Amino acid sequence: MSDVLPTIPPDASDSLAVLEKTRSTAETFGIPLAVLLEITHRCPLQCPYCSNPVELDRSAKELTTEEWKKVLSELAEIGVLQVHFSGGEPTARKDLVELVKHASDVGLYTNLITSAVLLTRERLSELADAGLCHVQISFQGIEEGLADRVAGYKGGHRKKLEVAKWTRELDLPLTVNAVMHRQNLHQLPDIIQMSIDLDADRLEVANVQYYGWALKNRAALMPTVAQLDECTGIVEEARERLKGTLAIDYVVPDYYALRPKKCMGGWGRQFFNISPAGKVLPCHAAESITGLDFESVRSNHSIAWIWQNSDAFNRYRGTGWMKEPCKSCEFREIDFGGCRCQAFALTGDAANTDPACALSPLHETIFKQAEREAEGDTNRFLYRNFAGGTLESGNDA
Amino acid sequence: MAGPRNISVSEASRPVLPRHAKLKYDETRQVWVILAPERVLAPDEIAVEVLQLCDGKRNVGELSDQLAAKYAAPREAILADVIVMLQDLADKGFLTEAREKTP
Repeated sequence: MSDVLPTIPPDASDSLAVLEKTRSTAETFGIPLAVLLEITHRCPLQCPYCSNPVELDRSAKELTTEEWKKVLSELAEIGVLQVHFSGGEPTARKDLVELVKHASDVGLYTNLITSAVLLTRERLSELADAGLCHVQISFQGIEEGLADRVAGYKGGHRKKLEVAKWTRELDLPLTVNAVMHRQNLHQLPDIIQMSIDLDADRLEVANVQYYGWALKNRAALMPTVAQLDECTGIVEEARERLKGTLAIDYVVPDYYALRPKKCMGGWGRQFFNISPAGKVLPCHAAESITGLDFESVRSNHSIAWIWQNSDAFNRYRGTGWMKEPCKSCEFREIDFGGCRCQAFALTGDAANTDPACALSPLHETIFKQAEREAEGDTNRFLYRNFAGGTLESGNDA
Repeated sequence: MAGPRNISVSEASRPVLPRHAKLKYDETRQVWVILAPERVLAPDEIAVEVLQLCDGKRNVGELSDQLAAKYAAPREAILADVIVMLQDLADKGFLTEAREKTP
């Protein structure tokens, strides 16, 4: 669905600091301010860069309504301030209104991260009445030809536009989430204009991060360096021009960077998510790392205990686990060696330096490979589904 | 619909937090916070004091009078600081302005 990397606005002034920033250093492993709830992996869309794991949780494994309510109460009690209802497609759960209502009742600020295609105006209005604070809708492009092809869902784009309109009519703030890659980056200026036309408050320009499904589709998605430079320029210009009208968050892809991203703000430092089956995870892709055992909310442990004491959270916390070149690197507490999932996916060991880092011995090889893929003509998608993926018919060989 | 965008804060503005920005005392961390879409802001003490006066009825001038009296400080200096702080919040999209309803 959406990209949940913590982002920091470009101009946080001192009197209104963004709390994530100050807290992460002040309180080492304090309970995160916001938690991502992936309440289901079911989704009518089949986006080839889906951030869900390749091994999806079946609906029979999902937490029940009562279990989610208990989770919400517990999160509020231990100091979580916001929850993001995400998926899969969160509106695929019949009890979503009830869950939002419960979250509001226990004092949580609620965000809905949705593809929007299953919503009716009536249901959206019920969600607003239940106390929903904010709606984020993903868009795959600017026109239905490309957008519906990327999502693998006919009529999706048109429906999204309609739901975005209802969202503003109901006086809910709207964020447009646009996941960008080689096949839609040329539409970025129009996506910015679409966000203004939809009266959105925020736009997230999130370049695809390459693990899980996206890694399988890397050859069809990887942008060229020139495309990215152009994209960054467009975002910078729009931010200045639209100050006070549209806030733009920008997530850059890390393949072409010299320094890796501080993924999740550092493993187990300021973020966790809960999977449909109730696993408490340091990152929504963490289950891709084999050999880690993740505790569940169905266990005898409290969520706070799991956060503070479980092996999975402590394994890559801080800097003690690091090997060279991270171990003696002056940036080790700046980026914490990048992304553990990416290190695992590309090197086979999550404790290795993320190859996005120029200091990784694999950086050069991977960068060159990405560059070749970006120049290549593989445009065909492997669509995300419970069957392990389906190759797009037509479009190149 | 929500209040107007792109507001320019002046002495006559009557600012108010929009429905989606909630000022709340966080018991766990013992700090005031502003909850906004996928953001948590930490206003400092002065900002909290100003925001508690932003009820959509008082204008910025009146609000500055109150603070100037309370702290026995020069009103013009307070007014200038308040405008800068509120404009910053407005630019981030977390402040709106009460307007007269047209009949």
